[in-house]
Amino acid sequence: MLFKRNPNGLDLPFPSEITPREVYEGRRKFIAQVAATAAVGSSLWELANREAFAQAAPAAKLAAARNAGLSTTEKQTPFEDATHYNNFYEFGTDKSDPAQNAHTLHTRPWTVRIEGEVKKPLTLDIDQLTKLAPLEERIYRLRCVEGWSMVIPWVGYSLANLIKQVEPNGNAKYVEFTTLADKRQMPGVGSRVLEWPYVEGLRMDEAMHPLTLLTVGMYGQVLPNQNGAPVRIIVPWKYGFKSAKSIVRIRFVKDQPRTAWNGIAPEEYGFYSNVNPNVDHPRWSQASERRIGEGGFFAPKRKTLMFNGYDQVASLYSGMDLKKYF
Amino acid sequence: MTKNAPARPTVGPSPKQLAAIKTVLFVLALLPFARIVWLTVQQVPVDPVEFVTHGTGDWALYLLCATLTITPLRRFTGWNWLIRLRRMLGLYAFFYALMHFLTFLWADHRFDFGAMWKDVLKRPFITVGFICFVLLLPLAATSTNAMIKRLGRRWAQLHRLIYVIAPLAILHYWWMKAGKHNFEQPIVWGTVVAVLLGLRVYWSWSRKRSPATSRPVP
Repeated sequence: MLFKRNPNGLDLPFPSEITPREVYEGRRKFIAQVAATAAVGSSLWELANREAFAQAAPAAKLAAARNAGLSTTEKQTPFEDATHYNNFYEFGTDKSDPAQNAHTLHTRPWTVRIEGEVKKPLTLDIDQLTKLAPLEERIYRLRCVEGWSMVIPWVGYSLANLIKQVEPNGNAKYVEFTTLADKRQMPGVGSRVLEWPYVEGLRMDEAMHPLTLLTVGMYGQVLPNQNGAPVRIIVPWKYGFKSAKSIVRIRFVKDQPRTAWNGIAPEEYGFYSNVNPNVDHPRWSQASERRIGEGGFFAPKRKTLMFNGYDQVASLYSGMDLKKYF
Repeated sequence: MTKNAPARPTVGPSPKQLAAIKTVLFVLALLPFARIVWLTVQQVPVDPVEFVTHGTGDWALYLLCATLTITPLRRFTGWNWLIRLRRMLGLYAFFYALMHFLTFLWADHRFDFGAMWKDVLKRPFITVGFICFVLLLPLAATSTNAMIKRLGRRWAQLHRLIYVIAPLAILHYWWMKAGKHNFEQPIVWGTVVAVLLGLRVYWSWSRKRSPATSRPVP
């Protein structure tokens, strides 16, 4: 069973890992549809159908006041690009895969367990979590470790709001985020590219920084599945993979957690992974980036900024050799 | 297999038919490039640089494999006329490799040769890809009838470089994909190249054992 292999020693499935009946039945219906389609012999129709599935329900609006102080005024990436060019390996390794496959993710009901080295562990459903603090819109730069970037208006609140509620004890040095890993909803889980579930982590001071956003929406609506619905983290001064998606557990721990990319390729992906133009990835330069949606093939690249331009986090790392702790 | 090698068939497509086959193949091999250019101009790919880089690189590899498939196909089917298609496939492999290289030079380095050279030296997967491209140059340059005549036996020797280029191309792909720990495609195409080259090794080995039935393997 999936949860028996959980390296974190969980002996029970998360409530959100249990596939609800209607998903099962929906899937049967979908399979029947595909079979019927195959019988007709029109793969095009199937594709169109899958697309329709992916975009069926109109996204619910999420009202949030813009936090102008923490927002960039740069041109926003088109919604279409931000939702069709995603790294979310639970739904496939191609960047077009999540938009095509993530419709099978069931984001309600959804609960998040907040536990570990805390005085008041909590289990919140997605509605409770969304209402825990006033929602803000924050327009952040997003820099992917692969060398491209976007500008996205996220909706959420500072993770610090949640952390204060659970009252971490003195042993809490790191925060570990665990993404759902359910093969039935996520066709990419089980591929050998990464260890599942996807785990990411932050040092406590990073997690408490006001820029670190517990995110439930983007572009004024709830998160699309392919962008990490229903709740994810956004850490704008770090490479995108540090910002865990579709979170089912937030755990406070004493030791630095074994995180997904760092665990599988420590030479290429550091635990900190702060955006840093002076530390190249072994396979490509990090000195510049392609801004998605900006001028196409002929657009000159932009210079990548230290901490992705979020200089206010520099003090978190004073005295640290960022070439060593990359 | 060598002992029962099919006899050279006396019939094949007529010159007219062969010309038609070549035309069709020419168009087919150009289609992927046309698609890449068309979609990029239409601004369909979200990240056009990645799209063009991957598309041209993938097709350089596919056509390299197609080129290497001609000889085994000839031997298995006895259709010796297939050899008449090999030069076009090889030149197309070079064409896609050239486009791949130009994309790297243009989109990644804005034609700054100094910056490109630094990148080539610094990153092993680029070093290997660059070596592949450089090794393809003399093969493309000597693909005319006049050069084949002029080089004689040495032409065949020179063009055995393809046996070095193909594994290096796989290594380039492998090391590139290692960055995201995603080896599915490199394993598939590595296997294809291994089988295609393995056949040559096997033939060469069995020819040595029974020199009587020897025949040149181009």
